Amino acid sequence: MKEIAYEKIVEEVKTMCMESNYNLGEDVYSAFKQALQTERSETGKEVLTQLIDNADIAKAERVPMCQDTGTAVFMVEVGQDCHIAGGRLVDAINEGVEKGYGEGYLRNSMVYNPMNRKNTGNNTPAIVHIDLVEGEELTLHMTAKGGGAENMSALKMLKPSDGMEGVKEYILSIVKEAGPNACPPLVVGIGIGGNFERCAFLAKKSLFRPLGVRHEDPAVAELEMELMEQINRLGIGPQGMGGSTTALDVKVELESCHIAALPVAVNLNCHASRHQTIVMK
Amino acid sequence: MQKKIRLPLREEDIESLKAGDRVLLSGVVYTARDAAHKRMVEQEKEGTPLPVELDGQVLYYTGPTPAKPGEVIGSAGPTTSGRMDLYTPALLEKGLKGMIGKGYRSEEVIASMLKHNAVYFGAVGGAAALIARSIKKAEVVAYEDLGTEAIRKLTIEDFPVFVINDIHGGDIYKDGVAKYKQ
Repeated sequence: MKEIAYEKIVEEVKTMCMESNYNLGEDVYSAFKQALQTERSETGKEVLTQLIDNADIAKAERVPMCQDTGTAVFMVEVGQDCHIAGGRLVDAINEGVEKGYGEGYLRNSMVYNPMNRKNTGNNTPAIVHIDLVEGEELTLHMTAKGGGAENMSALKMLKPSDGMEGVKEYILSIVKEAGPNACPPLVVGIGIGGNFERCAFLAKKSLFRPLGVRHEDPAVAELEMELMEQINRLGIGPQGMGGSTTALDVKVELESCHIAALPVAVNLNCHASRHQTIVMK
Repeated sequence: MQKKIRLPLREEDIESLKAGDRVLLSGVVYTARDAAHKRMVEQEKEGTPLPVELDGQVLYYTGPTPAKPGEVIGSAGPTTSGRMDLYTPALLEKGLKGMIGKGYRSEEVIASMLKHNAVYFGAVGGAAALIARSIKKAEVVAYEDLGTEAIRKLTIEDFPVFVINDIHGGDIYKDGVAKYKQ
């Protein structure tokens, strides 16, 4: 059986927290460049230019691209033939987050509980989703998820009779309502199906897929492209000041659901779509 | 067109600003976000004087990252302004003349801004490393216990913003979207 040391996970997580905040992924960076070519509004172009400059500065100076360095969200795939030695996986992740946010001069944005709102002082706890998979690898997907866009996210239990038209209408209404608040241009993550909590999870999971990569099911891929076009016709534009670039990408994940149900979740991500993946063998 | 404006805002500057204008601000602004607003307005209700004189000033809604050694400030972009809406009319009553943030304001805040001749500026959300370059000095002046949410006095130079709501009823979030909606 493969052994992975607790300390090794701590170090990897620490690095992921820092890198995700300093280095905007190549996928998002090239989406900015692409949008700059197609954006119709001069104000929108100015915003995109600032975002490109900002990403360059953050990378070169190793400083966070956004002051909201996010909640650290992890999707972990644990191979069932791998053994984590020296402590609990979740503890290793939290220790890595504490180190990454502390040593990386990142902002601590978590409070102990919503009632007292006292800052935990180290950006823990991370939100960790664990999936048991085949094999002996440990795969960590991490995103530093900003609060502004998360606040404008929503879920609704539609009726099967609402159909896909109802689903699209609902998604557009959420993007419209979010307007400038979610920091467009956005990455729109959508979950359809599952049940109440699974649907929200699917929406979040979709945001881990790199920009420009379509769903492997051609019908879902087509839905993503259709939604992208409709969202970009809303006119919201970069930072909501009007323009043709409202979404940099739209991601959909779907799953089976109950005969009576049609859950839809919209998890908005700002343009600082920060994600990192590492595979430990 | 890009305008350069020195703070504090003069009446004629406020008068000249139109929704959608690109502006470079220089001078002094104070930072405050959720927790500082809550405390200021609570103190105001209790009759305790505010820790900073807001008359004629501009507030910047931000909670910066920690400064690296030798740096003035960490990354410092705008946060969502709507969370401050509940508290804002009381501060406009005290003479606040401008706010820098991002996102929608409530009808009440917009009405109060029109009444008190105040302007709402938007900085680019997520351009925090770029914006930090225009912050030349930063010092905590109140509520130090709030950490990133403390009130800081910032000296800024050519700080890039857009006018979102002007005093003539212009709103770039409405006007801009109407223009590009298909």
